[in-house]
This record gives sequence, structure tokens and C-alpha cells, in this order.
Amino acid sequence: MTTALRPGRLSLRDVLRVGGHGLRARPLRVVLSALGIAIGIAAMVAVVGISTSSRAELNRLLDALGTNLLTAGPGSTLFGEEATLPNDAVAMVGRIGLVESVSATGKIADAKVYRSDKIPPAQSGGIATLAARTDLPDVVGATVASGTWLNDATAQYPAVVLGAKAAEHLGIAAAGPDMQIWLGGQWVTVVGILNPVPLAPELDQASLVGWQAGRRYLGFDGSPTTIYTRTHPDKVETVRGVLAATVNPAQPNEVEVSRPSDALAAQAAADVTFTGLLLGLGAVALLVGGIGVANTMVISVLERRAEIGLRRSLGATRGQIRVQFLAEALLLSALGGGSGVLLGSAVTAVYASLQGWPTVVPAWVIGGGIAATLVIGALAGLYPAIRAARLAPTEALATT
Amino acid sequence: MSGRAEAIVTLRGVGRDYPGGVAALRDVDLDIDRGEMVAVVGPSGSGKSTMLNVMGTLDRPTTGKSVIDGFEVAGLSDRELSALRAHRIGFVFQQFHLAPGVPALDNVADGLLYTGASLRQRRERAARALERVGLGHRSTHRPHELSGGEQQRTAIARAVVGEPSLLLADEPTGALDSHAGESLMRLLTELNESGTTIVVITHERQVAAYLPRQVSMLDGQVVGDRTAVGA
Repeated sequence: MTTALRPGRLSLRDVLRVGGHGLRARPLRVVLSALGIAIGIAAMVAVVGISTSSRAELNRLLDALGTNLLTAGPGSTLFGEEATLPNDAVAMVGRIGLVESVSATGKIADAKVYRSDKIPPAQSGGIATLAARTDLPDVVGATVASGTWLNDATAQYPAVVLGAKAAEHLGIAAAGPDMQIWLGGQWVTVVGILNPVPLAPELDQASLVGWQAGRRYLGFDGSPTTIYTRTHPDKVETVRGVLAATVNPAQPNEVEVSRPSDALAAQAAADVTFTGLLLGLGAVALLVGGIGVANTMVISVLERRAEIGLRRSLGATRGQIRVQFLAEALLLSALGGGSGVLLGSAVTAVYASLQGWPTVVPAWVIGGGIAATLVIGALAGLYPAIRAARLAPTEALATT
Repeated sequence: MSGRAEAIVTLRGVGRDYPGGVAALRDVDLDIDRGEMVAVVGPSGSGKSTMLNVMGTLDRPTTGKSVIDGFEVAGLSDRELSALRAHRIGFVFQQFHLAPGVPALDNVADGLLYTGASLRQRRERAARALERVGLGHRSTHRPHELSGGEQQRTAIARAVVGEPSLLLADEPTGALDSHAGESLMRLLTELNESGTTIVVITHERQVAAYLPRQVSMLDGQVVGDRTAVGA
């Protein structure tokens, strides 16, 4: 009888069986304490998933719209007055070699828009009247929802195309020969209605008439107020650098140049702060969930002293008791983490599909979520496991 | 290594004090040989449970020497004692200590969990152990579906599944009616006849009377050691 006494090793499978055994015995408690972890992880996954999906949508949108649109408009003079652009600015821009296309609108200040001549003049509803060149839709990427865009013929006559919001505001659903509005003191036929234009949202609130019609009927001075230009995609910054001087060689400082796609991207960047805040809330929920798991494990150790004593009598070492309770805590929080990831992904998918976005849940957030739960499970289980292992076998058996 | 070759339990001057000055065991000398079946009898508080814990290496004596199955307990680490219990000692408790909701077969198989045997081996041997205690037909039943006697038989199957050198039973009939208790004692006798050394702790004289050797305890001391004639 001199053979060495060496404890048998528990296989990983046995560790999981033994750890899972404690959980199966008390399903309700397991569900409740896993729920805490699940909510924390789900909140974090959903926050990251939704903001990533929204960014994916923005990228898709920018891909479709192009990021090579630049606009130039009048700023203010050195004396603080509203500047104007030279009448030949559009032609000048067209001469820049890297410019692919150019168009413009010009504001007609005095032409107010009403549904009919019965409306009191004060209720103009904030719809601007712009004179538009016929090539405008190609440059800004506008499409027609109803009717047609201005052509060379209709641009000469009192015909108007409404932006999406302007049409909605006036209560006009469809364009047609009989559809007329009271514009600048005369009846003008609505020949078309535009879809919303994401890169030029100012067009949504406008009524657009032909360049020549504006001059002939509405007192338009022919000076452009917004020049839209598409450049070679790799040369946007180059063109941007010379655009002001090209538009107004005499006073380049009176020209404001902007890139509409930047505004969309900046909007997305503003959401990041909010995402950070929500992520912090998710982390707090996760922490509370972790404390719940620790609490459950402490109680579990207290209740299961007899089981611990029995296992010691069956030959479990202290280490094996420790591993058992640690495995139980890890399984418990992994259960919560796994269902949290599923729940968070589901929330992201539902939200994204309601918004018409692509659903994107980054792999790092899934991996990070699972890793966070395992760390929390290990921390929450460590102290109870050590307590369980320290219990003297006789003391554990004596309690029942 | 000390003690006689055929001895499985050798206690020499064993004492066990608990904090607060309570001496649960005082200067106990006891030898139990392989193949014996011994009752340790005494009223509650006589130190017989402490004796079982010391024999089962769940507790270490404060004084004296304890040699179990050839190993001197004082010289072994906690890990080594655990291995000793896993491979050579089986326990049966008054309250059975079966895992609720777990089939009898798996409860018995857990008796081998800490021996390093694979799950398949554990289940195969558990099935044989259940046959041995006459519960082969009950292997899929959960503890609450078994009678008290059957539960204790399951616990005995778990204790003997690893074929231990020493089976320690603490009031095994304490929670059973007299009929079930009698049939349980017959089972233990059968196991002893097939070679297992058995020590039964009990406060019931009738139970002790079943067994060929009776060690009586009082106030932590052995006050009598009687072997029945012809045993």
C-alpha cells in the first residue's frame, strides 16, 4: 500500500457538468440573476449595433449620393452686408478643368408662394422661390416624384417645380396642367414635385422656376445664390481651394464654399457622444448584473454546505470545489451574456429594419460582450468559490 | 507506514479537541482489520461521529496517530487525503445526501467523479453497483421517486461503486423504519461477506447487535470492545 496518492483530474466536460448541475437545480434563480447580466450586455450590444447600423446607412447613402458635390454661395461683405455673386460665376466655375458639372439656383427675394390668391399675404409659409438652371437635378442628384423637371421650354414660362416639403406644405400631392399656385402675384402651373434631396435639403423647401422665367416674370436679377458643382472625386479639395476665387475673382472672401456630404457626416459624429453615454449606462447595468451573480453564488454556497461536504467525502480536493463554483458562476454569466448578445442583436435588427437601415452588429462588440461577462462571472464567482473550498468537510456535513 | 499489515484502521492515543476546550475524542486506541464489520455504539455526544470523521480522514486528530489503509494521516496533504477518500473510503450518511432531480444512476456514478474515471466508465460501474444493492430496475428514478430505504441503498451503491477498502456508515438506518433498516443491515452484511470492511456508527443497540464486533463509546473514550462468539 505504498502507491502515491494522487487526486483524479476532472475533465473539462465534468467541470461543466458539475457546474451546470447547481444551475439546473434552481432554474428560477438562474434566470433572474442571468437576466441582470443579459440586460446590461443587450443594452451595450444594441447601442453599438444601432449606431454602427446608422453609420453603415450613412456610408451607403454617401456612396449613392457621392461626396464630390461642392456648393458656393454669397457670404457677407467686409461691412457685414449680404454679398452677391457675379452673374457669370457659373460659367467661370465650368471652366475649372477638374469640374465635371455645374449648376446653380438664384433666390428671387420678392416672389412669395401661396396656395391661392385668397390667402393673406402674411401667411407665406416660408417657401423660397429659386430660379433654377435646367441641369440642376443631375448635379445635386434630385429626382422627380410627380410630373417632370423643367425643360428648355417650360423654363421660359410661368411653370414651377416644388420641393418635397414645399409641396407637402401647400397640400399638393401631384403635379398636373390644372394644378396652379399663386407665386409672385400670378398663377403658375405646378409641372413637377421633387423627391427629398439629401445633399441639398434647401431645395426641399423651395419652389423652383426656370432661370429665364424668373427674369421675365418675377424680377430675378440673374445673380446666382448657390452654385452646385461636381468635381473629379479625387480632386475635391483642389477644387475647393480655388472655387471661391473662381466664383468671385474680385472678392473671394465674400464667397462661402461648403461640402454638403461633410454636414451629413458631422451629424453622425454628433451621435457618438450620445452613444458613449448609453454605453456607460449599459456598463452600469452589467456591473449590477455582476453583483447579482455574486449574490446568487454566495447564497448558493451557504445553502449547499451539505453538498460541499458530500463532495469532499467523495474525494473532491479544495481546488475541485473551487473550480466547481467558479464554473457555475461562469456558466451563469455566460448564459446571461449569450442571451444578452442575442437580445441586443435582435433589438438592433428590429430598429434598423424599421428605419430601413442595413443591420450591422460588429464582431468586436459580440466578442467584447462575451469576454466582459466571463470576466464578471470570474470576479463574481471567485470569492464564493474560495469560501466554498475553505469549508472544512466535517463542518459542511454537520449543518444538516 | 505502521500498524499491522492486515489492519485498515489503526488509532493510537487519538484525541480530538475542538475550540472552546471540548474534547470529542480522548486517547482512543483502536484497530480494525480488513474484512471486519464493526459497530461503534454510543449515545449522542459520545464522540462516535468524530471517530467516523477521523477514520474517514475528514478530520485530523489533534493528538495521537491515525493510520488509514496504510497511510499515516498526519503526513498527508489535503490533496492526498482527498485522493485517499476518492479511492479507498466510502461514506454513507444518515440523510443520504443524494442530489435531488438527478437519476439514481448518475447519483451513484458521482461516487467515482473524483477518481479520474471517464463518464462512460463511471456509468457502467454505477449500473453494476445498483445491481449489487438490488436497485438495477430503479436506475432512471430520481431520489424523490424512491422510498427512504431505496434512497439509502442508492447512497450505499455510491459509497461502494469505487470498491473502497473501508465503508463508513453514519447512522445509516437512522432515517428509516425498522423494516427498511433491517433489510439495509442485511445488505451491509452481504457487502461485508464479499470482502468490504464496514464500520457502522449507531446509537441503536439493536442495530449494533447485528454486527459481529461492537465498540462502545462514552464521553470520547472507548469503554468497551466486544466480539461476538463465533464471528
